[in-house]
Amino acid sequence: MTGINAKAASVRFENVSKVYGTKVTAVDNISLEVRAGTLVTLLGPSGCGKTTTLRMIAGLEMATRGRIFIGEKDVTKLPATDRDVSMVFQSYALFPHMTVMENVSYGLKFSGFDKAETKDKALAGLGLVGLTGYGDRLPSELSGGQQQRVAVARALVLEPQVLLFDEPLSNLDAKLRRQVREEIREIQQNLGLTVVYVTHDQEEALAVSDEIVVMRNAAIAQKGTPRELYEAPADAFVADFIGEANLIPVDIVALDGDTATVRIADYTHRLPSRGLPQGPAKLAVRPSRMRLVAGVGDGVPAVIDKATYVGSRMEYTVTAAFGTVFAVLDDVTTPFRIGDAVTISFAASGPVLIPASQPS
Amino acid sequence: MRTVSLEQTTHPVLIFWIIAGWVGYCILPWYGVEGFWSFEWLVDGWPLDDDYAPAAVLVGVGQKLWLAPMLLALAAPLLVLGRRKTDPLYAQVLIAAGGFGFAWLVAQGLGIGLRGFTAEWLTTLFGTLDDRQFGMGYGAMVTASAFLFLFTHGIAARGAINGDVFVTSAIGGVIAVVTIFVFFPITKMLLAAFATDDGGYSVLGFFPKFFDDRIWGLDCLSGGRCGVAWNSLLLAVLVGVLTTLLGLAFALVLTRSGFRYKRLLRALTVLPIITPPFVIGLAIILLFGLSGTVTTSLAAMFGVEATRWIYGLPGILIAQLLAFTPIAFLVLIGVVEGVSPSMEEAAQTLRANRWQTFRTVSWPLMRPGLANAFLLGFIESMADFGNPLVLGGNFDVLSTEIFFAIVGAQYDQSRAAILAVVLLGFTLGAFYLQRFWLGRKSYTTVTGKGDAGVHPPMPNGLAYPVYAVVALWSAFTLVVYGMILYGSVVQLWGVDDTLTFKHYLTAFRIDWTEDGLRWTGSAWDSFWTTMTIATLAAPLTAAIGLITAYLLTRQTFAGKRAFEFGTMLSFAIPGTVIGVAYILAFNVPPIEITGTGLILVISFIFRNMPVGVRAGIASMSQLDKSLDESSLTLGANSWQTFRAVILPLLRPAILAALVYSFVRAMTAISAVIFLVSARYDMSTSYIIGRVENNDYGLAIAYSTALIFVMLAAVGLLQLLVGRTRIGRRTSHGEIH
Ligand SMILES: Nc1ncnc2c1ncn2[C@@H]1O[C@H](COP(=O)(O)OP(=O)(O)O)[C@@H](O)[C@H]1O
Ligand SMILES: [Mg+2]
Repeated sequence: MTGINAKAASVRFENVSKVYGTKVTAVDNISLEVRAGTLVTLLGPSGCGKTTTLRMIAGLEMATRGRIFIGEKDVTKLPATDRDVSMVFQSYALFPHMTVMENVSYGLKFSGFDKAETKDKALAGLGLVGLTGYGDRLPSELSGGQQQRVAVARALVLEPQVLLFDEPLSNLDAKLRRQVREEIREIQQNLGLTVVYVTHDQEEALAVSDEIVVMRNAAIAQKGTPRELYEAPADAFVADFIGEANLIPVDIVALDGDTATVRIADYTHRLPSRGLPQGPAKLAVRPSRMRLVAGVGDGVPAVIDKATYVGSRMEYTVTAAFGTVFAVLDDVTTPFRIGDAVTISFAASGPVLIPASQPS
Repeated sequence: MRTVSLEQTTHPVLIFWIIAGWVGYCILPWYGVEGFWSFEWLVDGWPLDDDYAPAAVLVGVGQKLWLAPMLLALAAPLLVLGRRKTDPLYAQVLIAAGGFGFAWLVAQGLGIGLRGFTAEWLTTLFGTLDDRQFGMGYGAMVTASAFLFLFTHGIAARGAINGDVFVTSAIGGVIAVVTIFVFFPITKMLLAAFATDDGGYSVLGFFPKFFDDRIWGLDCLSGGRCGVAWNSLLLAVLVGVLTTLLGLAFALVLTRSGFRYKRLLRALTVLPIITPPFVIGLAIILLFGLSGTVTTSLAAMFGVEATRWIYGLPGILIAQLLAFTPIAFLVLIGVVEGVSPSMEEAAQTLRANRWQTFRTVSWPLMRPGLANAFLLGFIESMADFGNPLVLGGNFDVLSTEIFFAIVGAQYDQSRAAILAVVLLGFTLGAFYLQRFWLGRKSYTTVTGKGDAGVHPPMPNGLAYPVYAVVALWSAFTLVVYGMILYGSVVQLWGVDDTLTFKHYLTAFRIDWTEDGLRWTGSAWDSFWTTMTIATLAAPLTAAIGLITAYLLTRQTFAGKRAFEFGTMLSFAIPGTVIGVAYILAFNVPPIEITGTGLILVISFIFRNMPVGVRAGIASMSQLDKSLDESSLTLGANSWQTFRAVILPLLRPAILAALVYSFVRAMTAISAVIFLVSARYDMSTSYIIGRVENNDYGLAIAYSTALIFVMLAAVGLLQLLVGRTRIGRRTSHGEIH
């Protein structure tokens, strides 16, 4: 039986901009590289230019400036039809008048395969997404999750150099979302595909990516592996967008090689300086890296404002002199109550220093 | 696999057009040949006979040497064969060759006519030309198309529209045909309005003729007769307003009431659409004329003298209301249904009562529909020719005046042109008023997808009057149609009421003789001509309309607004005006097609194309754009996408366009009356001829037969086009 193989190729953007009309700059001077066989996520809030970037890879939008390469080939001026790229749309865009089989065979028909090959490949594709036997149905006769998989199969069977996903899970419910994203990741890794994946959900991005590109206002805020982004966000925006970090204003009072000593109120804490100078800075601390102990101790005194029981853990809103922070604790047997006085301190690893002011 | 197609150097379509160019130039007769499709010319002296010779032969024997430069433009594209599309030379050569060839062909066609150069300055420049040329034929047409599409290949290769050959060619093709068959004749007609008696042009001469009292006089205010312009305007405004209100009443009963027999009502409202418009005028005469049923019985009852009151404004108004209310209804039913029920439900949950909901939500959302319905009624009334002719009496209107200026004893082209300019001014004015009234507000709810929920019923204060109007009007329509049917089977209306099939026999007799079947009925000629022309025009109209709609909804390109205006222009031009313009433009070279069947087909295509465009746009804007885009990323090119994805999903629009253009071609009269010839007579003009001879029985019998033929044709089309199965589950609760 014919299998599905990958002809994965890299994608390179060189100073690419996209301007709609004369005023709206949707993508501003972006350079990035997606290595062959990796899954790279474009992550960012709505309207930051993710979809536009993706559509420029597909050839559905033409770059206003800059150059785009797929593999070693300059595709900047090539229309979508002539690029070896497939895309899975947010709305799936299954052709409603064609059966599942016809949908999946659609692109194969235009790629010079003969009938038998087309059928074999389409069947292989359906098998890969677990829909063997659904070939004769119409898209309207499938559930949302199944439709999504047909869309994936339709794109996969072309063995594209690059496979694109635009928020592929946003129409699915929470449970299905986890399952489908794991399937996508598995197929990508098994076949060694190059995938560019757009999402605004940081958890999804962390779970599936080899590399994440965080975008803000049409530009790249930071790129790196999920771990790098989570553990070493470049600035407050990234820290906040990935993992909803608490941003606490601090003072760097001493520098000792790579280690900085910071002061928050009367409490001092030592951690890697990440090249920051002495003076005001911000400390980014994930809610799960906050430590709370009852009463007065070594740390910053604070009061419990809100306490929420969410089953596996407790979520607290805590107010201290520097402001309000959010903390998550695993101890659900003896929770704090609203109004309790507590002392805040931080886990040894996790909190990171970032510059005080956001670069704009 | 896809990389293969990338490296391919010469597009097969390009090769096709290069070959076509040579075939047009070297093989096909360059000038028009009567009876081309009989191919008699092939054995009648071709290729050397002057009449049938291809351009290459003419030039070869030293005639029409002005055709020679095109050889250059035909040869140049051979250079690019084997070159890559990305090679700058490829684009440059194609643009230069196609552009030059096309421009030269047009220039020589316009510059050299039946009597040598067509303009003074050409003669002064080049001296007198002893040669002359006739209208272009298929050779010229094929070569011109080849030049056009070589040019569009060139600009596509330069990177226009992402290098998409299909889209650039489609745009180029539509612009070319609209220019030739809409702008060119209209321009000719406008020029004719400025023409002086001695063949020159004069702006000064235009004004006295334009402001003539026969056009703009206001004597009717003081007991005399008003100018035709005021008559037409008054009639059109009345018809526009009243058809809109009647159409709305029917639409409301169908969508917002518990009325049980909705299908019947729908059928009743659609019937007049497949009726030749003036047939209703005939029925009105049979009812209210001097010897009409109603007139005579009323006269007998009250002992008053029977009068001719129906001839004039009242008669035309009633006939046009009957004829055009269905058009308003069809526009309004779409809009009234399209108002999202959830908007109305939302209004109700916001504590608006039924009347307030109707007034504040439903009514404003129907505005575009009302404006469109009025505009259609207005234009149809302005352009209507049959009813004023039959019922006008002393009430002259523009369309009939234009006709008599052209065909009457006066034969005054410039007066016809001036009247046509007035008519065009009114309709374009109405067009702009409508745009202005609708403004830039968004009414997108009317084009969106249907959603769950039901329309609330009408408030009672509205419902009762609406019911009454609908009931009365339905009854009246039924009576009128009863009259038509009855009138076709009586010996002589009002004089001899014995039943007979004689009219049908006269019209549609078929005899068996020893030579086989003989169509001896007097109507067969015009009937078959009409069928052929309608069958040819319908698919072409639908094709051009839908391709234009595709370009307008799915592509962005410079000048799109102007493009849209151009394609919609012929919609605002009354048929009468088109008729005059075509006669003025296509009676002389370079395009000499008056008196042929071709001019009828072409006039139908461009008269009815806007409806295809509108239907296409309406359904295409309901297809999510991601469908095309995913097809493109899956490796289909834009032509394949159009064919495999868009067209199948557009079946309803295709059907609508086909049915509409077929029916219009069968029933139209206003443009047709100018364009028919002895050889190509159409049913409608034949019937009008019978009416003028007071042969009402035959006219009505023929019309009745047409109605049944159209019913059958519509059913057949529905079968042919078929349905696209897409399943009917909507997005509600799809997630498992
Ligand atoms: N066709 C368009 N015309 C004009 N502006 C657009 C168009 N498409 C997107 N934009 C603008 O470009 C910006 C980026 O859009 P998009 O890439 O869709 O964002 P994202 O996918 O990250 O939410 C937005 O501000 C959007 O309004
Ligand atoms: Mg997006």
